Amino acid sequence: MIPVIAATVKVMLPLAQLPSNFVHHHSTTTCVAENRFFCADWAAHNFDRYVDPALKQALLVSVSVAVGFTVAMGLALLSHRQPKLAPTFTGLTGVLYTVPSVAFFFLLLPITGFGTDTAVIALSAYTLQIIYRNIVAGLANVPEEAKDAGRGMGMSQRDLLWRVELPLAVPEIVAGLRVATVSTVALATLAFFAGAGGLGQQIYSDLTFKTNIIIAGGLAMLMAILFDLVLLVIQRLATPWLRAGAS
Amino acid sequence: MSAEAPDSLDGPVEAPSVAFRRVTKRYPGADEPALAELELEVPGGEICVFVGPSGSGKTTAMRMVNRMVEITEGDILVGSTSVRQRSPAQLRREMGYVIQQIGLFPHRTVADNIATVPRLLGWDRKRVEARVEELLELVRIDPALRDRYPAQLSGGQQQRVGVARALAANPGVMLMDEPFGAVDPSNRERLQNEFLRLQAEVRKTILFVTHDIDEAIKMGDRIAILREGGRLAQYATPAELLMAPADDFVEDFVGADRALKRLALMRVSDIDLWEAPLAHVGQATSEARAKLPEAEVPYVLVIDAERRPLGWLSDDDLLAETVPAKPGTSPDPVLELDDVMRDALSDLLQAETRYAPVVDSEGLIAGVLSVEIISEFLTSPEALTEERPAAERPLG
Ligand SMILES: Nc1ncnc2c1ncn2[C@@H]1O[C@H](COP(=O)(O)OP(=O)(O)OP(=O)(O)O)[C@@H](O)[C@H]1O
Ligand SMILES: [Mg+2]
Repeated sequence: MIPVIAATVKVMLPLAQLPSNFVHHHSTTTCVAENRFFCADWAAHNFDRYVDPALKQALLVSVSVAVGFTVAMGLALLSHRQPKLAPTFTGLTGVLYTVPSVAFFFLLLPITGFGTDTAVIALSAYTLQIIYRNIVAGLANVPEEAKDAGRGMGMSQRDLLWRVELPLAVPEIVAGLRVATVSTVALATLAFFAGAGGLGQQIYSDLTFKTNIIIAGGLAMLMAILFDLVLLVIQRLATPWLRAGAS
Repeated sequence: MSAEAPDSLDGPVEAPSVAFRRVTKRYPGADEPALAELELEVPGGEICVFVGPSGSGKTTAMRMVNRMVEITEGDILVGSTSVRQRSPAQLRREMGYVIQQIGLFPHRTVADNIATVPRLLGWDRKRVEARVEELLELVRIDPALRDRYPAQLSGGQQQRVGVARALAANPGVMLMDEPFGAVDPSNRERLQNEFLRLQAEVRKTILFVTHDIDEAIKMGDRIAILREGGRLAQYATPAELLMAPADDFVEDFVGADRALKRLALMRVSDIDLWEAPLAHVGQATSEARAKLPEAEVPYVLVIDAERRPLGWLSDDDLLAETVPAKPGTSPDPVLELDDVMRDALSDLLQAETRYAPVVDSEGLIAGVLSVEIISEFLTSPEALTEERPAAERPLG
């Protein structure tokens, strides 16, 4: 009896859109039935179902960090021009960061509705503080004599910003992006509360099934590591002088 | 060499005069002016050195010329145009500027640093490339270093790149704020000499800041001594300054060893050298020995077939039959006719030797300089008569 049902499930899985708690309660391999620590067999056959949520979450993270970076860069450049604005921006981005994430989703729901938009808004708001701070710190740490030399050679504010200040701030800016991205991957597992799906949806679909938690959780960690690696590579490519100086 | 190179691309640039017309600078919030009614004129193609104690307004004076600091009162004319009538960015692109801390861009390679102003001026890539090549040669930076970053260079190399960067767009005026301040003394002497050689080629109008009076005397066609409160104490040629200090402040600043300092205004070629008994490699030592009793220098100098000095014969060498190709005593230091006398003396003292062969620009023997010649000069009345500054004279 049991093998027959198991076989049926296997055949059906790729075809049918199963209710989320279907697997646990209706599967009948011993491993799954006993809810052991990790059922490799089940994982191998059901891995497909994690691919889409994982990709969706990766996209969500990318878009959120990109939006956060754009806004933070805008704020940082404004306060770079107009230092009087800096305390306001620091305060603002700081306050956003203190709102509990799930609460943030629910606060936004009446305004932006259930879906990806809400998640992107909330997640990018969280990245603002760290990215903004790092851009500001990076710009502030540009050696005064490099700026002075630039001005003395007839660079405009704009030349100076793009040719001297921003390139020299890259290490700190990317450091901010890395922290922001890794924490956004973690936060994005809660994004399904806002209706944006992702690996969180898989996790919460069956919190009692250990194999499910391990796969979904593991994928989220892997995603954080991959994002971090990509940014690390970008940083290295963008700052060849740092390695040259050390050699 | 590269004598015509910098102008080959750009056409000769007329080095304009720079005139301060009662220039005063008051920084906001300060009671005392940082610079008070400075009035002086630097003729085109000359080096004017600003020297004075810390805080006397040297940097301030220089930075008003390219409007890095705004003038409070008075005016500065470059050529016949007031800097107040020029846009700061344009003015700065037309002037080379070496800031007090060099200020190379750490994220840019040597070549990219040098290319800064040409790129701002929108030169095409080929022209920028060619110009960078030229400048590397001009300031004697190994072209292999062109793709290095500033952190990979020695202090002296960074300094040279800073100078090359300032020269990049072939400006008529150069502003140099303690350009050799961060370099150790032995390298500084080399950079100074190289710079004077360079200036003899490029003939810019140079405003040069230092707080080292010796450097000022060596480098300057004219020297402006500033004192506390940004007041001009004296503006004169180095020789005038040494012979007729305007007041006690200048006299103190110039120092008690004025006669010794005058050595900085002379080159080895300005003095009558001694002749050493010369011997060729392979010649019989008896012939060399025969010359000794009559000679001004009590040692025999060995030269090769082209008359390049190889070394001094030691007592052991004199006992041999023929003059060896590798004499017992090395010829170090070998001085050049173009060397500044003060540097030549310090080379002699450092090597703890009383005699050194002097060679011409081809490396051929021209005579021997001794500590006695110099000390005789210092005690002679000649030491206190008018001398043209070293930088005005042609270099080899
Ligand atoms: N940006 C500024 N704002 C206010 N005061 C300034 C500023 N720059 C210089 N000063 C003041 O003006 C005076 C002259 O300074 P300046 O830098 O021109 O001196 P300096 O002769 O170049 O000194 P140093 O040999 O130390 O470089 C000093 O009292 C200094 O404190
Ligand atoms: Mg200064």
